[in-house]
Amino acid sequence: MNPGFYVTPEQLVRDRAEFARKGIARGRSIVAMEYREGILMLAENPGGALHKISEVYDRIAFAGVGRYNEFETLRKAGIRQADVMGYLYSRDDVTALGLATAFSQTLGVIFSHETKPFEVELLICELGRNGQPNHMLQVSYDGTLVDERGVLAIGGKADILGGALRERFTEDLDLEAAIRLGMEVFAETESRPLDGWEAAVLEEGSARRCFRRLAYAELESLSAQQTP
Amino acid sequence: MTSPADWGLPLGAPAPGASFSDLLKSLGLSPRWEVPQSPVRDLGAPEATTVLASRYSEGVVIGGDRQATEGHLIAHRRMRKVFPSDRMSAVAVAGTAGLALEMVRLFCVELEHYEKIEGAMLSLEGKANFLSRLVRSQLPLAFQGLAVVPLFAGYDPTTEQGRVYTFDVVGGRYEEHNYGAAGSGAVQARAFLRTAWEAEMTEADAVEKMVAALVAAADVDVATGGPDLRRGILPNLAVIDADGVREVSEERLEEVARSSLGVIR
Repeated sequence: MNPGFYVTPEQLVRDRAEFARKGIARGRSIVAMEYREGILMLAENPGGALHKISEVYDRIAFAGVGRYNEFETLRKAGIRQADVMGYLYSRDDVTALGLATAFSQTLGVIFSHETKPFEVELLICELGRNGQPNHMLQVSYDGTLVDERGVLAIGGKADILGGALRERFTEDLDLEAAIRLGMEVFAETESRPLDGWEAAVLEEGSARRCFRRLAYAELESLSAQQTP
Repeated sequence: MTSPADWGLPLGAPAPGASFSDLLKSLGLSPRWEVPQSPVRDLGAPEATTVLASRYSEGVVIGGDRQATEGHLIAHRRMRKVFPSDRMSAVAVAGTAGLALEMVRLFCVELEHYEKIEGAMLSLEGKANFLSRLVRSQLPLAFQGLAVVPLFAGYDPTTEQGRVYTFDVVGGRYEEHNYGAAGSGAVQARAFLRTAWEAEMTEADAVEKMVAALVAAADVDVATGGPDLRRGILPNLAVIDADGVREVSEERLEEVARSSLGVIR
């Protein structure tokens, strides 16, 4: 009788993690940083039609790197969960931590039970209410959840980007300075010409919904000033 | 490949598509509009009274009084009947207050849900059609005497003009060329607007005429609550133009209400 191949759990997890990391490394990274009035999310995005950053709820935004179809599935599921919670209870009861935990559980189970793990990394940002601190959470392909302050990068070059950004990051940047800093760090990290940007902010305003996409033209003009 | 629905996880909500109400239905959470067949009896649920909307040169104004009645009694004096449903539209309701407010809440979440999932807003026509579906789903309740009649107004960026939609109790949806009204004081409000309405009104004119129409309705219809300056109760009015929805400020409303009330003889 054929006993079949035995693979140790350590080996299995290592293989899957390596597979997922390789997939994520092929895509471009995203950075998020706090600035004076809110949180900025900045991504290199040549096309501009397929968004990597999007609104989830009043004060919560989502960004994903890796396989588009996979993080898109998760994005929609997140919006569904948030809207159902907010409708059944109150809009104040929808939190980034609750959502990130759900993403983390989902990704964790997929990582160990499905044929292949999701090749994605997610970023969930929440603008603090009434002077409460902001939240920036990272969810990895295996469900690992990380909570950061100030600066957070996801994607293949997250470590280099995050490190470079952290060195030069100061609190109380204004929005334009924050975008410039982000673009600089991208330009240094990627040793190739950058093409196209996508950016969005969570910012306190008069409206209930704090998510705002930055216009493509605005970003292009900032980017043109960047590269002499 | 297994679908997200098969995971049985917090995020595995088994609902495809971009409709929030379908999602609620699939989760067994949708509001139950159906009621068992029973002899009609008066529940005495509060009713919202007069709402109206009017087009003007650059957009549309929508508003309503603040009163809810329970038979011949006043149930609430400061009820809100006008709600911005998203950045480019607003909805106002008349009829059974409790059901109407729930309908508005569902409608607003539906519009936002669609916009977030699809990455684009529904067209104004699409929003009106969806609202008509919500009204129609209430039909069994309407037979029991618990009718809800909304009024919908918004700015249509494709035609660059404001548009007004009225509804009937069975979910019929009608686009109005100039103005529309619903609720107990609707006849009087429409009668006032029939003579006062002009196609080339400015926003200020439109706001004045809307308040005057509400005052005229309250003057004849006892269920409609006119501006009550002594208690500081003013109508709710929202203006929608190319820049989106904004509510008319209390100070402005008080000024307009004062001059409208002054004309009454």
